[in-house]
Amino acid sequence: MRTWTRRAFIGAGTVAGGGFVLGVVGAALAPNRMTVRSDGGTQPGELNTWITVTPDSFVTVLVPHCEMGQGSQTALAMMAAEEMDADWTLVRVKEAPALAAYANEYVVRAFSGGTIPALVERGFDYGTYRIVRWFGLQVTGGSSAVRGTGVYGMAVAGAAAREMLVAAAAQRFGIPASECSAHGSRVTHRASGKSATFGELAAAAATLPVPSRPALKQPEQYSIRRTPRPRFDIPSKVDGRAIYGIDFKLPGMLYAAVEIAPVYGGSLVSVDSAPAEAMPGVKRVVRLREAVAVVADSFWHAHKALATLQPQFEEAGHGDVSSASIFAAFDRSLGAAAEMPAGAKTTITADYRVPFLAHATMEPMCCTAKVEGNRAEVWAGTQDPLNCRATAAKALGLAPEDVHVTNLLLGGGFGRRLPGNLDYIDLGARIAKAMSPAPVKMVWTRENDIQHDWYRPAAMARFAGALDAQGAPMSIRSRYAGGGDGESVFMPYAIADLSAKSGDAKHPVRTGPWRSVLNSQHGFFKESFVDELAHAAKKDPYAFRRDLLRDQPRFRAVLDAAAAMAKWNEPLPEREGRGIAVTACFGSIVAEVAHVVVSPDGKLRVKSMFAAVDCGDVVNPDSAAAQAEGGIIFGLSAALVGEITIAQGRVVQRNFNDYLMIRLADAPEIRVQFIPSNARPGGLGEPCVPVVAPAVANAIFAATGIRVRDLPFKSHDLAVSPTSTSGRSIS
Amino acid sequence: MLTVNGERHSIDVEPDSPLLWAIRDAIGLTGTKFGCGIAACGACTVLVDGKPVRSCMFPVSSAEGAAVTTIEGLAGGGALHPVQQAWIDQQVPQCGFCQSGIIMAVVALVAEHPRPTDADIDAGVTNICRCGTFARVRRAIHSLARE
Repeated sequence: MRTWTRRAFIGAGTVAGGGFVLGVVGAALAPNRMTVRSDGGTQPGELNTWITVTPDSFVTVLVPHCEMGQGSQTALAMMAAEEMDADWTLVRVKEAPALAAYANEYVVRAFSGGTIPALVERGFDYGTYRIVRWFGLQVTGGSSAVRGTGVYGMAVAGAAAREMLVAAAAQRFGIPASECSAHGSRVTHRASGKSATFGELAAAAATLPVPSRPALKQPEQYSIRRTPRPRFDIPSKVDGRAIYGIDFKLPGMLYAAVEIAPVYGGSLVSVDSAPAEAMPGVKRVVRLREAVAVVADSFWHAHKALATLQPQFEEAGHGDVSSASIFAAFDRSLGAAAEMPAGAKTTITADYRVPFLAHATMEPMCCTAKVEGNRAEVWAGTQDPLNCRATAAKALGLAPEDVHVTNLLLGGGFGRRLPGNLDYIDLGARIAKAMSPAPVKMVWTRENDIQHDWYRPAAMARFAGALDAQGAPMSIRSRYAGGGDGESVFMPYAIADLSAKSGDAKHPVRTGPWRSVLNSQHGFFKESFVDELAHAAKKDPYAFRRDLLRDQPRFRAVLDAAAAMAKWNEPLPEREGRGIAVTACFGSIVAEVAHVVVSPDGKLRVKSMFAAVDCGDVVNPDSAAAQAEGGIIFGLSAALVGEITIAQGRVVQRNFNDYLMIRLADAPEIRVQFIPSNARPGGLGEPCVPVVAPAVANAIFAATGIRVRDLPFKSHDLAVSPTSTSGRSIS
Repeated sequence: MLTVNGERHSIDVEPDSPLLWAIRDAIGLTGTKFGCGIAACGACTVLVDGKPVRSCMFPVSSAEGAAVTTIEGLAGGGALHPVQQAWIDQQVPQCGFCQSGIIMAVVALVAEHPRPTDADIDAGVTNICRCGTFARVRRAIHSLARE
């Protein structure tokens, strides 16, 4: 995207002390017309990107996305600073407050991907813009920051700022703007050598007309983007200064510990509060519809007193639900495997299953709130401060305007703190209301967190595939239960007959987006099955895929790169194997090769992971690599050991002793290579996750001949003399 | 009486209160994090007389008379501890919530093994990091040994 969108405004103005502030306004109310504003445009839902230049030449970029370690605040500032030709050492970021002014319409546009035909794009954007206004999203999720806010907001704002600063310099020197250039936060007139800093020019620039279509740089001109830049948020994370939601304090603050109905949807029937109320430091036992809270003068007092309570909860009619009953319903809903073409030489079928998973952010959910009359304040870490405000307002029966939210650092998000999942804000606000006007910090225990998540949906798929007499695939048809969408079931392969249909079955376990959303399930299903089809065709799984990607050069490029990194064709010792997989999601394409070692007694070790990533342009290479490394570890925890099971309507796992994740000793060597493409930037937080499980499953098969079709791998016996090949038949 | 980062604090908590909550809520140093409450994740790791302990299950009474060091007490004389500097140089943290605990575990590890092997690192750093920074943690530890 090299031209300025027609649906956006740029607004500029002065700030106290003679500085310059420039805002890019998201969607216009008059979508057919280019409009340029000379003030700071404050229509609700419009403002998205702000750049401030102060007389000391510091550039502050206000970012409407939270920082949860993904590095997008730094990347977004890089995109703005690049177009400005700012001196990177003079650039700072600030997170935007939870105001409708920062609702990010760009996020929805990023979600829509780059495939909308130009003719309908305008209508589409306007439509989604209205949806965004309605929901009031200020989201950090969907790997959207760089590809949404960055591409449509930051780069354009930076370019406009540069043009205005250059124009101000031209006026000052009395020469044409075309003879001036910006570099290192300074505008210079080449012929005379005259120059002025951005800070010296800021006040004058603020009075100039705002360019309607600022020219963006070509990638070859980049000097900030594509070079590794240390993240702004890191120094405060190594010395204890960083303040996360759980760290927030107010004078006179009370602490709440909670017990929530163990079966989702259940309510509190009764509780004898007397024992807890007699404990030291306890202020009150608060009864809520679905929970009981103990409020005390310290978290430890609240926690200890809560343990003395024996609350009775009813089960909302779901007390008989179990993982077995859910998967049995999935199984029934899938019916018989799809018919295969009559001319097929070989057909295979296979069923795959994946369990529920918890997000298990390292920081348990928490929320501090203070309710005074008809006003409230909330301090918490969320992926959507604006929705946090709406959630708290609803819980308190207040207007959103009467609730002020301060978003604090998030100790992990992964989708847990997205809109729709803000139960901890709702609960924390109601507890604070009961204790009004005292401020209350509600802290969840790890047990609360593991047992009351919005889980990665469990899912099941039934695949059938056919090969012709030459071993070429004719057909892959699948049915799935547990959720899916067009992106997650998409297969890039040149196979004439591809179909995936939903055969859903409902269950009462609450589910939500989990890093890579539906792709983590379907990535495992489809890339495992393609591997099975390759083996049925007696072909090398890499070569088999490569051939089927003849019309998909970007997919083929990452596949080739991952195979080359992993030295795919070099022989391995016995009981070692490589597995390959490739998927696309959130605008990026990723191929990974897993190299595993399986001991004779069945112990699985993932020795190395090789990832080739095409996310278009890479803004900050080092933090991009960190996202890929993290995504791989997240995917490995899920594939190897992650499992939430349901019994009697309740989550069985309670803490890190039974909800497991891999640790440093289990972490493989990880190599990441970015494959440059001219595609628009894709996301990075999520796309490296879905390929992990199938790459490892395929590697296990290569090492042992055992095909694992349900996760996690820890549940399978991989010892010599395999006994399990269930779920697949070859005819 | 509790000595944290060289400062003596007179605090009013029950002897069975975990050291973690005494540090966070009574003294007000929030760099030490609560992750699990069962000593499984290591987010709450502090040093007690130089040894790493998981403070969420360590009774505050056991720390009486000992020197407790938290993440806030590592830097001295205006300079970061070498482990903290390595963490910045290698851009280790992501969300950062577990990193105080990991850094404290590593400070103890390199005090005992100035040039730790991979096996030493595997045994000495058993913390959970949900963002998956393990490769950089290992790299940063090895970079310390090279200096």
